[in-house]
Amino acid sequence: MTYDSAIPLLAVLVSLAAVPLVLVSSRWPRVRESWTIGAALVMFGLVISLLPRVLDGRIPETRIGELVPGFDLALRVDPLGMVFAIVASTLWVLTSFYSIGYVRAAHERHQTRFFAAFALCLSSTIGVAFSANLITFIVFYEILTIATYPLVVHKQTPEAIAAGRKYLAYTLTAGVALLAGAVWLSQTAGTLDFTPGGVFGDVEAGSGTVRGLFALLIGGVAVKAAVVPFHAWLPAAMVAPTPVSALLHAVAVVKSGVFGVLRVTGFVFGPTVMEDYGLALPLAIAAGTTIVFGSLAALAQDDLKRRLAYSTISHLSYIVLAAALLHPDAFVGGILHITTHATMKITLFFVAGAIYVHAHRDRVSELDGIGREMPWTMGAFTLASIGLAGLPPVNGFESKWFIGAGAAASGQYLALVVLLLSGVLNAAYLLPIIHRAFLRPSTQYEGLGEAPALVRVPLMVTAAISLVFGLFPNAIVRFYDLARMSADAVFGGAG
Amino acid sequence: MAEFWDGGYAYYATALLLVIGLYAILVKRNLVKKLIGLNIVQAAIILMWVASATRPDATVPVLDTHGEQGKQVVDATDYLNPLPHTLMLTAIVVGVATTGVAFALLISIYRRYGTLDEAELLEQMRGEPQ
Amino acid sequence: MTPHLPLLIPLVLLVAALLAPLVGIVRYTWVYRLALVAVAVDAGVALWGLAEVVDGGTMTYRLAGWQPPIGIEFVLDPLSAFFSAVIATVALIVMVGARAMVVEELPRKEVPFFTTVLLMLAGFQGIVLTGDLFNLFVFLEIAALAGYALVAVGERASPLAAFRYLLVGATGASLYLLGLWFIYNLTGSLNMRDVAAILPGSWDNPALAIGLSLMIVGIGVKMALFPLHGWLPDAYTQAPSATTALMAPIGTKVGAYVLIRLLVFVFGGPLVTDELPVADVVMWLSAIGIIYGSILAIAQRELKRMLAYSSVAQVGYIGLGIGLANPVALIGAVLHVVNHAVMKGALFLVAGTMRARLGHSDIGRIDAAVTRKLPWTMAAFTVAALSMIGIPPTAGFFSKWYLTSGAVDRGLWIMVVVIMVSSLLNAVYFFRVLERGYLRHDDDESLDAVVRDEAPPAMLAPTIVLAVGILALGVFNAVLVNGVLDLIPPAGW
Repeated sequence: MTYDSAIPLLAVLVSLAAVPLVLVSSRWPRVRESWTIGAALVMFGLVISLLPRVLDGRIPETRIGELVPGFDLALRVDPLGMVFAIVASTLWVLTSFYSIGYVRAAHERHQTRFFAAFALCLSSTIGVAFSANLITFIVFYEILTIATYPLVVHKQTPEAIAAGRKYLAYTLTAGVALLAGAVWLSQTAGTLDFTPGGVFGDVEAGSGTVRGLFALLIGGVAVKAAVVPFHAWLPAAMVAPTPVSALLHAVAVVKSGVFGVLRVTGFVFGPTVMEDYGLALPLAIAAGTTIVFGSLAALAQDDLKRRLAYSTISHLSYIVLAAALLHPDAFVGGILHITTHATMKITLFFVAGAIYVHAHRDRVSELDGIGREMPWTMGAFTLASIGLAGLPPVNGFESKWFIGAGAAASGQYLALVVLLLSGVLNAAYLLPIIHRAFLRPSTQYEGLGEAPALVRVPLMVTAAISLVFGLFPNAIVRFYDLARMSADAVFGGAG
Repeated sequence: MAEFWDGGYAYYATALLLVIGLYAILVKRNLVKKLIGLNIVQAAIILMWVASATRPDATVPVLDTHGEQGKQVVDATDYLNPLPHTLMLTAIVVGVATTGVAFALLISIYRRYGTLDEAELLEQMRGEPQ
Repeated sequence: MTPHLPLLIPLVLLVAALLAPLVGIVRYTWVYRLALVAVAVDAGVALWGLAEVVDGGTMTYRLAGWQPPIGIEFVLDPLSAFFSAVIATVALIVMVGARAMVVEELPRKEVPFFTTVLLMLAGFQGIVLTGDLFNLFVFLEIAALAGYALVAVGERASPLAAFRYLLVGATGASLYLLGLWFIYNLTGSLNMRDVAAILPGSWDNPALAIGLSLMIVGIGVKMALFPLHGWLPDAYTQAPSATTALMAPIGTKVGAYVLIRLLVFVFGGPLVTDELPVADVVMWLSAIGIIYGSILAIAQRELKRMLAYSSVAQVGYIGLGIGLANPVALIGAVLHVVNHAVMKGALFLVAGTMRARLGHSDIGRIDAAVTRKLPWTMAAFTVAALSMIGIPPTAGFFSKWYLTSGAVDRGLWIMVVVIMVSSLLNAVYFFRVLERGYLRHDDDESLDAVVRDEAPPAMLAPTIVLAVGILALGVFNAVLVNGVLDLIPPAGW
């Protein structure tokens, strides 16, 4: 089943190697950008090369070395990790092109720092995706925190610096909680390996211990997953340039958080333990609250990026809720939602950035008529919005479907209600934007023309991807199969 | 009472000295007086060690080879314990060195600040740019 | 050669210290080179000794062949070998940069400075290697006196800081001597191994408790264990940068060594944990010191003072590891000794660089222009800061892992919270500097006009080496623990 391979490690190292290369090329923008694109493509290639084996049921592993006595720094590519890695590496390629276009059009300063930090973030995200055990996960998770800080404070305005402080306050606190939880787990269960179905198999542990461990570990990952009440850093972090918001706060950072939730619920505790100790209910309540809260808050925002930020908060908890439902279909839906939300949300953020850079607007109330000048851009926005509301034929429909199916099959109808309500609210905060853009009479954008190609093409590509995967959920990379394999492993004989 | 005069008084006396010395270090404001206090503390401790080296009816620990001829057996209990004495020689030297360094520092302080009163010095020190 | 190793380690430095003034008379520029060579040789010998001990077990050396308890023994066991290697190696790295700092801040005082440094280092090595409790006192005072002198040659207020340090230090040493008196009268021996063997019969004797307490108080001063830390902030701040860079990484660690040696080896586990609550007291005082030091560090406006209070907190980690009284925590404490030595060495070298290139080390005056001038120095500072906060894969993360492990093992959740909270407090005062250094500037044009004016290579190289060391110690900490540190805790701890 498992076999040794150096490729997972290489994937992590590729973008890590790009960091010094970018730093020394600061005087030659084209060289610097080619390092960025090159690293993205190579990493993408390495990740995809692992796919056939993983689909076959084989698991590549790299044992790097002993980190602390008894626990190794190790990488392992199981179906869940594969899904996350594909999402991250694919979207990084697209975001690289987008960022180059964006920073040129926006005349951003400190571009070298920007691209170097980006590369480090991706390296640590892939590290998170491929972590074989909790301590490896923590190492890459914390590196990700530090790597994203320069990106959040990029503009160096007082708001940016304050947002950076808030971000660190939340994420570093989560980091120490993870450390304490991991140490405790290492002594309670004797292992930190991510094991489908949980590590508590034969272990005797009191309910106080199990609940305490769960609180620490879930608390640690829930911050990056922006679960209420740990969400406040996310809207504040929107002061960062849009490519940062797009990739990191719609894909890499927050998805690392929900990925962590899936790992903790499915591979550390497991459905049986979660059920026996009543761990799922508090998690479900928190997730449900977040879903509704995020959607409602999004309605109230006029700043486009902040509206999208609250939407992200809401959608992340779809995945958390899916994990808390303790049903294989819901788990599949949660994993799929990582992919679907990523493509849809990144489209929306790309559009927001395109509008900002091309039309110099960032408020919903100012977008009247813009769709007539930027039809392709706003068309992509429309497509993504349909998907976020959970409607076919965009991919958002199917991930939501599976979560809902799992809720219904396990009799948790309240969750179903929350999902449906959220769908309605999604429509409520996204469709008016489209209405304004295409149907409100206004001449303020006359003659503007479409956004620059380097910015427009990526967003059209991500929208197209959302549509394609909506029509063919198991296309090309076979996300559905991977998700199902993962859920089967976790729920094993149980569930 | 007999024990007190036989050997115990030494310890009470040195304990008293110790307390006096600590009092001086903590309470006195003049740096020289603090230093004197330190010396008193050191003296007290040295005296404790020396006092503990005594034995009843024992003599100075110098081996008597000019005494009775043919007497080869040396009874250790005839002599005081020499070890604490030697150790305390070292300790005295340490004390002297410390006092020397301390005085060098005091001279330097006096040259820079013109006072050896701790309260005034602290005021001046706090007011300076770091 | 090999059997003489335990003696050679302090001897090399002592001989060099005695030669230095003579060399200085001939040509004063040679004194620094002599000092550097001596420390380099010492580092080599100490590392060799460590390798020998890891392979072959404890080595003892009897001075002049006299058997203990009459004679004095020098003992090279895993604990002392590790400490002596750390002392010598860190001292060597910092020494490379020391001359530049001395030339900058103490012109024409090279000869007395480096002579005294050699004396202080000789004292440190003696403390670590001796197997005799009174000999320990002597070396303690040698190192301390040299330290007072080194502190006193700095800023305007430094003689006063040095004097206050002297008062507290000498009183502490005297209390140690008093405590030793009780122990000597109980056991009749001054040899550490003998005392450890004889003591178990006298555990209910109040003299033992008094003696132990006095000795701990005396050592606590040297180690800056809360609340005996009062001398440290002023001494580290007012002393010249070269002194602080040499003392801060090593001086308090030597105190920690003595504490470990006494509590773990001489007095022994069951005595200090079950019979008398000594370990618990040390643990609680350390915990308070951690929080106290971190909070006060946040309040500082000047870099050296901030780092000084930070050191009080970090010494608390070591004390916590000792006081938790289990092997994992002890390993965490000893690992933190080397981690902190490297981190603080780097940090104080950065402070010294700032003083040398900018003329100040005020936090409020740090901005992006400083980073433009000193990019590599600030990069090293960043690595050290991340390690102090505890971000993997830097060394600091792993110290906290082992210490948390020890706390969890004993079920002392309050200590876990202390460690967690202190990480966050560290983040506050370090990120304040990082924020200023990378993000604060008036306008872009004036920033672009700043010319790079990096530290001289002699100072930059050690800073970079230590920063790299932080990463290496982190990544390879398992190697260190398995190879060396695992040998340290004795059975029964």
